[in-house]
Amino acid sequence: MAVAPEIREAPSLAIARQPTPRPWRRMRFPKTLGARIGLIVAGLLFMLPFYWMANSALKNLQELSAFPPTLYPHAPAFDNFVRAVTYIPFGTFLLNSVILTTGVTIGSAISNPLIAYGFSRIKWPGRDFVFGIVLASIFLPFPVLIVALFDIFAKLHWIDTFLPIIVPAFFGNPFFIFLMRQFFLGLPNEISEQARIDGANEFQVFLHVIMPLAKPAVAVVIIFAAVQAWGEFLAPLLYLQDESKYPLSIGLQFYRQEHDVSYNLLMAASTLIVLPVVALFLAFQRFFIEGITVGAVKG
Amino acid sequence: MIAAPRLRRFRLSHEDRRNLRTALPFIAPWIIGFLAFTVYPIVYSLYLSFTHYSGFGDATGAGFDNYRYMMKDPLFWQSLSNTFYYTALAVPIGVVVAIALALMMNQNVREVAIYRAAFYLPSIIPLFALTFIFIVLLNPGFGFVDYVLGLFHIPAVNWLGDARWTRISVVLLAQLGAGGPALIFLAGLRAVPSELYESAVLDGAGPLRRFYKITLPLITPVILFDLIYGTILGIQIFTPAYVLTGGTSGGGAYTAGPENSLLFYVYYLYKNAFQYSDMGYASAMAWVLFVISVVLAVAIMRWSKYWVHYEAS
Repeated sequence: MAVAPEIREAPSLAIARQPTPRPWRRMRFPKTLGARIGLIVAGLLFMLPFYWMANSALKNLQELSAFPPTLYPHAPAFDNFVRAVTYIPFGTFLLNSVILTTGVTIGSAISNPLIAYGFSRIKWPGRDFVFGIVLASIFLPFPVLIVALFDIFAKLHWIDTFLPIIVPAFFGNPFFIFLMRQFFLGLPNEISEQARIDGANEFQVFLHVIMPLAKPAVAVVIIFAAVQAWGEFLAPLLYLQDESKYPLSIGLQFYRQEHDVSYNLLMAASTLIVLPVVALFLAFQRFFIEGITVGAVKG
Repeated sequence: MIAAPRLRRFRLSHEDRRNLRTALPFIAPWIIGFLAFTVYPIVYSLYLSFTHYSGFGDATGAGFDNYRYMMKDPLFWQSLSNTFYYTALAVPIGVVVAIALALMMNQNVREVAIYRAAFYLPSIIPLFALTFIFIVLLNPGFGFVDYVLGLFHIPAVNWLGDARWTRISVVLLAQLGAGGPALIFLAGLRAVPSELYESAVLDGAGPLRRFYKITLPLITPVILFDLIYGTILGIQIFTPAYVLTGGTSGGGAYTAGPENSLLFYVYYLYKNAFQYSDMGYASAMAWVLFVISVVLAVAIMRWSKYWVHYEAS
């Protein structure tokens, strides 16, 4: 996977050199014009929520409730951001989000490579059958488990702590196991064999030979785990009860229910929540694309 | 006897046993986690589903009470039908949108990286934040969407206040997640050998024919995955409904949107467990959801035998 260079296909020659151009080919429109128009329209639609969020975040209340809506803030109210973070207990929610995200990310980065290694670099009887169970569990809806999980965590006195959200991350996630396994399967066997001949045990092979090569794949897991944990809604809603423990997701929703949060402040707060994700995406775009398409060829 | 040959097959060679011992510490976290956080909860829910249990004190035996009550509970049926309505719209539309985006991106457009980023970005944005944005975009008083519709003389729609449109709004929201599948389809399209198209062009096949005869069959495995995964995600729909109806404009704890139109299955399950403290009933609902998800996944797999094209590679 080592961050493959972009696949860019040259236009196929047979299409480029059509022997008998049909009448409409004489028009000067490039072949891609239709696709380009569609892409631009769709792109604008997909970007609209971001624009409208920022646009609304910068309006004062009077401008926000005007109809027709103004397409850009005529009197940009930058202090909305200050008001949003002071009116809503944003700092507390943010800190909790950061703790949860960090915990889940660390757990994912440790557990998934380890588990995936056992499913790829060692041949043991029944391995592929058990891996089939891992894959099947991707399709198990999490809400099926929530009632029982809540009761189990309650009996462990874990309710209202971060443990029910962070601890499971240390036991692997089927999607991340699949992703890491695909990467490990692509590494030649000889490098492990050589280390084994030199007297390394399996854990040393994993840690000193394979893991240094697996950094790009681990990066993909870290990025996906972080993004997922940052936006997690249902689990914190179930397990956290005290407002001081809320992450941004349910914190903002709860605060909206209890107090009157005007839409411009809500949008300002949303902007602050969305911004780190956008920044992470722009910085590590390749890893995101790698991660999402890793299973594509296998289908 | 069946047992005898099975036993013989499980007599492992020395090397097999050594490998198993080596692998076990690596996969142990998954085994423990799977047993503790997946298998045990499923089994435990099955037990709870046959009890009356408030979450406090002891669960008391209830026989089939919860399941009997479910059959007569109009809200259960409404939540089920809301969820199917949503899934039946959101998933096929999602597949079509994703394929359309992928096809356009596959047209040798030089600035494809920009579109790829634009389409993918919304799918990693926290869903609750996207829902907040939708509340503003779809606002009947000052929303951008109704404003644009007005420019085309289309009457304004009360997207989040009219029971006929609330689920449609969530379907629209779900389409912002099409970027991920679109990238998977794009990778699938790029894996189609270009010789296939070249010979089809020589045979005089037009673009539509090329799409139906070459492109579509070759991406059917990806369509299958997207359908199953999308359906499983669809029947879990929760966060947008909770955010849309839990706010100050919502109807309090007992309704889920106008005429309960946003009372999706998991939302009702959640309410039973954590608002009405009826863990037994919620467990029965969880088990029914489990069965539904398995049945749907298997049904789609069976159905796919008629249309998925597997290459002999």
